[in-house]
Amino acid sequence: MLRSRWWLTSAALALLGCGGPFPQSTLAPRSDFARATDVLFRDIFWWAAAVFVVVELLLIIALVRFRHREGRAAPRPAHGHTILEIAWTLAPAVILVFVAVPTVRTIFTTAGEDIPPNALKVEVVGHQWWWEYKYPDLGIATANEMHVPVGKPVQVAITSADVIHSFWAPVLGGKRDAIPGHVNYIAFSADSVGDYSGQCAEFCGASHGNMRLRVLVDRDSAFQAWVDEQKGGPAAPPKASLAEQGKAVFSRSACIGCHTIQGVSPGIIGPNLTHVGSRITVAAGLFPNDSAHLASWIADAPSLKPGVLMTRMKPPLTDADIAALVAYLGSLK
Amino acid sequence: MSRASAPAALAAPAAVGLKAWLTTTDHKRIGLLYFWTAFGFFLIGGIEALMIRAQLAQPNGHLVSAETYNQLFTMHGTTMVFLALMPLSAAFFNYIIPLQIGARDVAFPRLNAFSYWVFLLGGLFLNASWLTGPLFHAGMLNVAPDGGWFGYANLTERQFSPGPNIDFWLLGLQILGIASLAAGFNFIVTILNLRAPGMKMMRLPTFTWMTLVTQFLIITAFPVITVALVFLMFDRFFGTHFYVHEAGATPLLWQHLFWLFGHPEVYILILPAMGIVSEVLPTFSRKPLFGYPVVVYSGILIGFMGWGVWSHHMFAVGLGPIADSVFAATTMLIAVPTGVKIFNWIATLWGGDIHGTTALHFAVGFIAMFIIGGLSGVTHASPPADLQQTDTYYVVAHIHYVLFGGTIMGLFAGMYYWWPKMTGRLLSEPLGKLHFWLQFVGMNLAFFPMHFIGLLGMPRRIYTYGPELGVSDLNLVSTVGAFLIGLSILVFVFNMWRTSRHGQRASNDPWRGATLEWSIPSPPPVYNFSVIPTVTGRLPRWHTERHPAIQDPPAVPPAPIHVPGGSWWPMVAALGLPIMALSALTHTLWIVFVGVAVLLFGIYRWAFEPFEV
Repeated sequence: MLRSRWWLTSAALALLGCGGPFPQSTLAPRSDFARATDVLFRDIFWWAAAVFVVVELLLIIALVRFRHREGRAAPRPAHGHTILEIAWTLAPAVILVFVAVPTVRTIFTTAGEDIPPNALKVEVVGHQWWWEYKYPDLGIATANEMHVPVGKPVQVAITSADVIHSFWAPVLGGKRDAIPGHVNYIAFSADSVGDYSGQCAEFCGASHGNMRLRVLVDRDSAFQAWVDEQKGGPAAPPKASLAEQGKAVFSRSACIGCHTIQGVSPGIIGPNLTHVGSRITVAAGLFPNDSAHLASWIADAPSLKPGVLMTRMKPPLTDADIAALVAYLGSLK
Repeated sequence: MSRASAPAALAAPAAVGLKAWLTTTDHKRIGLLYFWTAFGFFLIGGIEALMIRAQLAQPNGHLVSAETYNQLFTMHGTTMVFLALMPLSAAFFNYIIPLQIGARDVAFPRLNAFSYWVFLLGGLFLNASWLTGPLFHAGMLNVAPDGGWFGYANLTERQFSPGPNIDFWLLGLQILGIASLAAGFNFIVTILNLRAPGMKMMRLPTFTWMTLVTQFLIITAFPVITVALVFLMFDRFFGTHFYVHEAGATPLLWQHLFWLFGHPEVYILILPAMGIVSEVLPTFSRKPLFGYPVVVYSGILIGFMGWGVWSHHMFAVGLGPIADSVFAATTMLIAVPTGVKIFNWIATLWGGDIHGTTALHFAVGFIAMFIIGGLSGVTHASPPADLQQTDTYYVVAHIHYVLFGGTIMGLFAGMYYWWPKMTGRLLSEPLGKLHFWLQFVGMNLAFFPMHFIGLLGMPRRIYTYGPELGVSDLNLVSTVGAFLIGLSILVFVFNMWRTSRHGQRASNDPWRGATLEWSIPSPPPVYNFSVIPTVTGRLPRWHTERHPAIQDPPAVPPAPIHVPGGSWWPMVAALGLPIMALSALTHTLWIVFVGVAVLLFGIYRWAFEPFEV
């Protein structure tokens, strides 16, 4: 039954001529949490579709059957019909009971606060306009790209450092707002490996549209390897390399005021860069993490992300400085 | 029947010229002023919408900057809610309510004029933000409100929004709130006290009933947003901490206050349209409204229940499973009285002799489209499902099926229905039907794909999106639909222009209506009724099994009718308010004293104005 409904909805989408893939589709759940809300939505959708068909049909029949014709006798004045009216008050009420019961059940199963003791805990802090992730039990801090193991329970604790944001990776489940001074939870267990995208869903200022994120669901071994890599200090650049010059540029520039690189700088305004080279994107998921994008980002972030706190340097960095910085950051695997 | 004009000895002739309009206290003129002003703002809000759609027509669009886009969607929402839909309803309250209840004017005609001037000035104040950037050392198009029509704290606090943008918004909305409150009290008193003899409460026309419920919602909901705005104003101007979590408060207080206003506001926007539909359907089916008492009671019930559902705007906020369950239940419950109304409307059509006028097209369009908005509303009444839907285009689709498919369709039904009464000429029916079908197709092209755009993961209020989302084609379709709506509105504007020149003159009663406004000339004389009618039934002008139709009032008043003259003082008093707001906006203390002085002077002269002018 459910399967056939799924196919119907998907077929409707396919008919619209939009091929996909849809990386942020709420209709293709990949976790227990997303599946629970999806099942509920599909149930309600079919009730709604049935009501829609009945009401619109009645309306069309009435319009066609009782349209004005010359010589039609004056209509009989009907002021009401008690039994009919009671019936169409009760019918929607009964349908709503069928919607309300599974709704309340799912509210409690998806509250995100009761979790198994072995769940991986991730803390998310929303910032204008990027995401900070901390793994308190593993001692890891990173940004914008979250790694979680497949098939394991994960609890995400969500808050904000400035205004209200909303953490949303649709394929893995619904959103929860990131509110300063308040912690919200979601819990899920991802059921397939993949690179799932999402973005901030609560309007949070100029670059709200640029506040994207990724959740990478890894195999156990890959996740463990990532954890080991992230736990270590930053890779030391080889002697006399461009990357080493880059480290010197970083250390004498304003970068250190905002960014942490373990053992180099303690800034906490911007993302932690200790392992920035291991990420697949920069600028909160906006661009692929390659030399060209990194260079233009360092040179002029505000033109790429309106309102961003990372301003153009004064005096501006030379092209050589930027090239060195790019080499250094790229080496921080 | 020819148009009646009273002898000059019996009633003042309708005054002409600019002064007559500026000083008018005639509810009909104020109704027309509301209409033209609100229609102007409706066009501005529509242009903002088209710019939004143009930006989103393709991925990575760069027609406007992120900052401009945020101002556009903020002003689109604010304009449509406060400057277009509410005052377009108010145009009908003003013009039609006194005529429907058999009165010569509203209870407080000068207060009515005051409401209009405050509304106009508040709307101009808000929109001045588009042009006045240079006064704040910023460019044009830089200081318009940019925090969303919902203005969530703490983003709207001075720390995160330092410019004058949010100041324009919170001061403008406070001004507009005064206009709505004054009008709300005025219409409650009017409907309760100025009914013609025999017009019992359960004989009130449905539009008047829904207006009464709406006014109660206005006088109870607007104080709530005023409190929220005053808190925000104090935070921004005087350093208080109502929404600052570092000081022990929470920004969630804003959301509770805003939606405690915001949800009744939805009913403030939809109930008048429901009232219009409940007038149009019986007239053109030649059949009384089916289940009048149930339609009235369900309207009252919706008014009450509308107060118990606000947190369904906040399911992603994390209020906990108990609160989520309670608000899910109340929200689903409110679908019941709404559903009842829809069935009663269909039953009104059933067995009728349906005349497919343009007004009926729009009224049926209301039912057909509003049901889609109602049903998508049920899908996000369920909090877990809503976690995937809230703040996405799915909700944008929902709100537009309710407020465009519902309210705007209903308002257009009212325009085509009452246009002959308000102007004395009938709008062209063929052009009207062209308008309807363009708008109907346009709105479905514009808003239906948004359901899919949202379900496929596109959040709302983002100025750009990447092609990888897979929603580019759907967005292009939506943009095409939006421009089709724009075209339909141009057809309507042409129809209005053409009608003013060549339109067929309307008789007293071009539609064979049942209510009192059709018993007097189109447009009505300044005193409305030459003799106040005595009402014996709910459908006074129709012959029913219990009551014969009542006689129309005579064309010439049998006795002199006193018609009060105009007054400058409502407008003068209204002028004080934007002056006071200007003081806050420019951080210039002395200006506030000028504003207060103007307001007090206006009120003083108003209070001691001689009775006879």
